[in-house]
Order: sequence, then C-alpha cells, then structure tokens
Amino acid sequence: MTEGFDFYRWRLVILGSVIISVILICAIFAPWIAPFSPYDLDYTAMLQGPGATHWLGTDELGRDILSRIIYGARISMQVAFIAAGIGLVFGAVIGVTAAYFGGIVDMVLMRFMELLFSFPAILLAVVLMASLGTSVLNAMIAIGIVFIPGFSRLARAATEVVLREQYVESARAIGMSHGRILLREIMPNIIAPLLVEAAVAFSYAILLESALSFLGLGAQPPEPSWGNMLNTGRGFMAQSAIMSIAPGMAIFLTVIGFNLVGDGLRDALDPHMKD
Amino acid sequence: MGTQTSDDLRVHDTPGAVPTLSVEGLSIEFSRRRVWTPVVHDVSLKVMPGEIVGVIGESGSGKTLSALAALRLLPRQARVASGRVRLGDIDILAQSEGQMRALRGNRMALIPQDAMQALNPTMRVGLQVAEPLSLHGGKALKSVAGAATQLLEAVGIARPAEQARSFPHQFSGGMQQRAMIAMGLALAPSLLIADEPTTALDVTVQAQVLDLLRDIRTSRGTSILFITHDLGVVAELCDWVYVMRHGRIVEQGSVARIFRDPKEDYTQMLLAATPSIHGPRRKAGLA
Repeated sequence: MTEGFDFYRWRLVILGSVIISVILICAIFAPWIAPFSPYDLDYTAMLQGPGATHWLGTDELGRDILSRIIYGARISMQVAFIAAGIGLVFGAVIGVTAAYFGGIVDMVLMRFMELLFSFPAILLAVVLMASLGTSVLNAMIAIGIVFIPGFSRLARAATEVVLREQYVESARAIGMSHGRILLREIMPNIIAPLLVEAAVAFSYAILLESALSFLGLGAQPPEPSWGNMLNTGRGFMAQSAIMSIAPGMAIFLTVIGFNLVGDGLRDALDPHMKD
Repeated sequence: MGTQTSDDLRVHDTPGAVPTLSVEGLSIEFSRRRVWTPVVHDVSLKVMPGEIVGVIGESGSGKTLSALAALRLLPRQARVASGRVRLGDIDILAQSEGQMRALRGNRMALIPQDAMQALNPTMRVGLQVAEPLSLHGGKALKSVAGAATQLLEAVGIARPAEQARSFPHQFSGGMQQRAMIAMGLALAPSLLIADEPTTALDVTVQAQVLDLLRDIRTSRGTSILFITHDLGVVAELCDWVYVMRHGRIVEQGSVARIFRDPKEDYTQMLLAATPSIHGPRRKAGLA
C-alpha cells in the first residue's frame, strides 16, 4: 500500500530538478543574485576574461556576463513554461476532442495538425514571428504553436487507448455526461505521457527561443537572452571565447536538466515499473 | 418451442405484470466499410420484475450487443435497425440522449465483465461507487462519500470505510466486482444488466458473487439480465434462459426444462460441451 520513497527510481528526476531549481532561483531572484546590472556599460573593462570581479568576464560593452546569464534565465524560463503550457493545453484539448468525438471532427482537426507538423519547427517559428512581430511574448506564442501538433497527436493517441477502456463505458453506463467523462475519466488517465512530453518541450522551447534570439527574432538588445548573447559572442570568438561559451553552457545545462526530468518521469511513471 | 410442462412455467410472468425490460423484434446492424450488415436478428426477450434471466451463447452470438442496445450504448459502428425496447413503460429507443443519461445508472445499471478494467484507476473506489448518486442526485461527490461506505458494506466488503479510500488496483478481483455491483445498486435500479460478471473470477469468488446477486434479487426485487457463456452459472442462478446463436434466439425456457430437455440441437451441443459436476448433463442424457 504505502511504500517508502524510492530514491533509485526517481534519481534522474531529482538530478534534473536540482539543475532546474538552481536556474529557476536565478531567474526569479535575478536582481538579488546578479553581482552587477546586466545593462550597465563599463568602457574601462571590455572583453575581459573570467576574473575576481567579473566571474565570467565582460562582453564587448563591458557588461558583466554572469549577470547577463542570470537575467537571461528569466527569459528562457518564461518562454519554456509559457510555450510548453500553450502547447500542452491547446494540444490536449484538440487531441482529446478529436479522439473522443471521432469522425469528421477528428478528420478536420488532425489534418490541420498535420499541416502544422509538416513545417520544420524552426521555419514555422520564424514564419510565425515574422507575421506576429518580434517580441519575447510573440516568441512564446510562436513556440507554443509549434508544440501544439505534437501534444495533440500524443493526447489523441492516449485518448484512443483510454476510450477502449471499460471504465469509460461504465461511466457512460451510469449516465455520465460527455464533459464529465472527458474531465474525470479521460484527462487523469492521459496526463502522465503529456507531462513527460511537456518536460521535453521545455528544453526544446529553450533551444528554439535561443535560436530565434540568435536570429534576432526573440529578445531584443539590450535585453539579455542566451540566444542573442550567443549571437553577439560569435563576433568576438577570437578575442573572448567566454562570451560564447557562457551562454552556450547555460543553454546546455538547462536542456540537460529538463531532459533528465523528462526521461526520468517517463521511466518513473511507466506503469510496468509500478509494484 | 415445445409443449409446456410443469417445470417450464415462467413463474414470474404473472397475468397483468409489466415486464421490467421487454425487447421486441430487435435487429442490430454493423457497418463495415459503409455497408450495413445485420448481426442481431429479430430478438425478442423480456425480464419480469424480480426475475433473473440468462442469455447464453458463444462469443459473437450477439448477446452483449442486445444488452447494450437496451442501454443505448451500442458501439459507434452499430445501430438498431428495427425493433422496440421498453424499460417498464419507457420506450428506450425514443428517448433523447439526455433522457438516456438520466435513465442509465438510475433505472438500469450495467455490471461489466471485467471489473478491474471497469474501474477508473485514478479514482478512489468509494468516490466511484458513489458517483451515480452524485450524477443523478445532483449532489457534490464529496457529500455522498458516506453512502459509498454503506454500499460497499451492502455488497459484503469488509472494513468498508477504509476500503472506500483505496484505489482499484489495491482490490482483489472479487472485491472489484463487488464494488462494481455496489455502483450498480447505488440508486436501486429496477434492472441490472450483468455482462459476464463472473467470467474473470475464479470459481470460489464466482460463487460468492452469484450469491450476492441472488441476495440482491431476493432483498430488493431487482430484475437481472444475466449474459454469460457459462451454463454452470445459468443453472445456479437463473430462472429463465434464452439461448442465442448467430444473432438469433434459438430457444428459451425455464432453467430446469432447458437442462432436462433441450429442444434445439444447438442447446444440446452447448450442454454436451460443458464439463459439469452437476447432474444436468446426465439428466439430459448426453453423457
């Protein structure tokens, strides 16, 4: 019945959560954690390497790189959560609706999803950004839209499985309404794979946001984002490699963290491993 | 259908009594690639108040479909082609979907084959058992939780208050089936439709569940439509039997008569094919 906490089973999730927690704390408490302002220029200390004052050195305008990384975490985290949230909510609603009502509803919704799916993710995001305009908010929306087809397919497949379950039929047999069946019988039973997908989507959202910022479509300078820092750093690779390495490492660590959580959750929530 | 003998009387079919469920000339079609193929042909049966009626037949004989039609829960690819279904004085096939929802679980309930599959794994058993009360009584689910304990107790689950807080996978097969029966009984429906409720259970638990169903009939006067392929169960529980094959009813009669003197070849085959430690097979002269 009640069992002790199984550390081994959750080890990946824990490791990933620790990494993400550190980054989250940085994002939330950036003004208190960052040693300098991310916007203050210091023309006496440009392109410095890592040192005692500036732990990760300074960029081409003498701004503290560590502080900019810490502030950049805000944008990355916001984009990750909001974009994955948009994808999860809309994808789940579309997928569950398609599977539950079937027929023409299923046909129309899923063909539309396939249409979205047929664009390469980055291209779709760029096109959406071009039509929505460049801003961080629009980047979140664009990335969220990129995620919707994946989530909807997953939700639809999971719902198809649950619909064949007898408990859905029993729910009908006691006179439950469509809404209640969707909410009480189907949703709780498909949420696990969707959450795993969401964790993967987080890391992908961070990559996409970085890519959009790198292309100049996401966060606009002087707003620090890992993507546009990487882009700026590219031009100073020979003088100061840390300008590229620092944001690259930040992206890398965050993505690893979310992937660990995603993979770990998938394993830990796998019903075959339940005892 | 043979001459009536003293043991072939339908004791529950008293003059003037209104059947709890009556199905007349029911035909069901299945669609395959947009072609409608009949699978159930002109089935007529009735269940009298307080009667346990068995429908027996092999897989694919249409017995479950006929029962689902009574609840208007046919799968998407199936439809009723013709016939009438009445629950008491309600014309089932003429009800709107909303009216049907009000009837299901309230006036008639389904006890499914595999209780494990029929319980939502993410919800506590007590809440599920009480769900019909909240659905049809319009009360919040939390407020009917106490009723769940009483229902679980009524179906013979030990420590009901504690077990109501368990999840389905913590229940044994027999307890799960009891929980499903409790859910079916929640609103004291006049008709229980039991679709092979004991098939997934081992023999001792099976006997307990059958006892429970018999008790329910005796104490509450509930009519039960019992679908099965197991002749032993029919012999033990039912008053009246319909034998189905290939979507048709081939024979009907009292349990005693069917076992003593099956008229149809198919019924004789069914009887002969059943390993039994009871008398019927010898009585039928087929051993």
